[in-house]
Amino acid sequence: MIQVFDLYKDFGKLRVLNGIELKIEPGEVVVIIGPSGSGKSTFLRCLNFLEEPTAGEVIFEGVSFKNSKNDVNRLREKMGMVFQQFNLFPHMTVLENITLAPRKVKNLSKKETEDIAFTLLKRVGLEDKAYTYPNQLSGGQKQRIAIARALAMSPDVMLFDEPTSALDPEMVGEVLDVMKKLVSDGMTMVVVTHEMGFAKEVGDRILFMDEGKIVEEGSPKEVFSNPKHPRTKDFLGKVLI
Amino acid sequence: MDFSYLQKYYGFFLNGTMITLLISFFGVIFGVLLGVVFALMKLSKNIILKSFSAAYIEIIRGTPIMVQMFIVYYGLPRLIRMDFEDLTLGIIAVSLNSAAYVAEIIRAGILSIDKGQMEAARSLGMSHKLAMTNIIIPQAFKNILPALGNEFITLIKESAIVSIIGIHDLMYNTDTVRGNTFRPFSPLVVAAAIYFTITFSLSKLLGIMERRLRAGDSSI
Repeated sequence: MIQVFDLYKDFGKLRVLNGIELKIEPGEVVVIIGPSGSGKSTFLRCLNFLEEPTAGEVIFEGVSFKNSKNDVNRLREKMGMVFQQFNLFPHMTVLENITLAPRKVKNLSKKETEDIAFTLLKRVGLEDKAYTYPNQLSGGQKQRIAIARALAMSPDVMLFDEPTSALDPEMVGEVLDVMKKLVSDGMTMVVVTHEMGFAKEVGDRILFMDEGKIVEEGSPKEVFSNPKHPRTKDFLGKVLI
Repeated sequence: MDFSYLQKYYGFFLNGTMITLLISFFGVIFGVLLGVVFALMKLSKNIILKSFSAAYIEIIRGTPIMVQMFIVYYGLPRLIRMDFEDLTLGIIAVSLNSAAYVAEIIRAGILSIDKGQMEAARSLGMSHKLAMTNIIIPQAFKNILPALGNEFITLIKESAIVSIIGIHDLMYNTDTVRGNTFRPFSPLVVAAAIYFTITFSLSKLLGIMERRLRAGDSSI
């Protein structure tokens, strides 16, 4: 479904991604772990061209993208993204947040988009919040709305960029629950996270990144119980699992 | 203070006020339209548009409006070999001046919006233009309204400068009344009261607008 060839990203003189190769199958849940500054988030953002790769190619559903001059808007329609900082639109109600893109990008009617929105709100357990503004919601609620907003475009892949890192500890669970539901629905997901428990439980494949490279990859069992690379061992030895 | 001359001269103040309002009205409209253009130019990646806009803004901000007024008054008709009404030239000069300040206000407003907003919009498949019009500009507008209102008020007051090119605005007519009645002081009080009434009403109006726009902002 997604193929990445020889992806490089430089910020000035700093090489953040150093030749990434990856293939993601439909329905797969890929979890990317690694220390800060290892390029995890940058890699995720290169997948939908929020960050323009310096070199390399992303093939998504058979279409090749080499830079953001290709029709990346079509790519992004099919690739939902959830951010660490939620990035809900503060000047709109929850319902408007969710319906805006389907209405403007897909030209669906108000009725259609609202039906979609209420179905999704129910799915994330927040149907009573349709007419509230984002700043009246808790962090966990905001992130669940952000997930619903991305799902409203009915994407084929969901990208999660540290979705629980900005949350108070007691709210992490509710967001992970929504994500687990997505996994059981068969959604293809790429998740950058520090939640090792979550990675272990729902990941089909774990990628360990360090210094812009995928250092190790394998099933959660392989990576967590029997890491091969010394950097992986070192990292996993320092984090709580 | 004796205001009895008003019986005879109130028409001067009235007509002058109309002209001042007219110039301010069109000055604000064209100032904002041009200001948006200059702001977008300065934010664009095109180096030519960017430097042109930057140079324009610096020059306007760095020269007195009085000089700009004379340059437009004497220079513009010569430059494009066309005759203009004095009033038109006055409006052009005021608008060109205001555009530079409005451009900086709008640019700052757009830059003040968290970059995550644009990213979220783009990640949903919206084009840059859709994201700008639906997400960035509405939020920016709300943020810049106080600064923009301030600029409008400045414009109304500064429009008095058109009297130097002989436009019969409130300031010019006030001077006429001062001369005709041999009263150097009290007509100025009348003019000040009129200017203040205009700017104060505008500032109240903008205050109401601002409160309406902030409706969704109450936080927990």
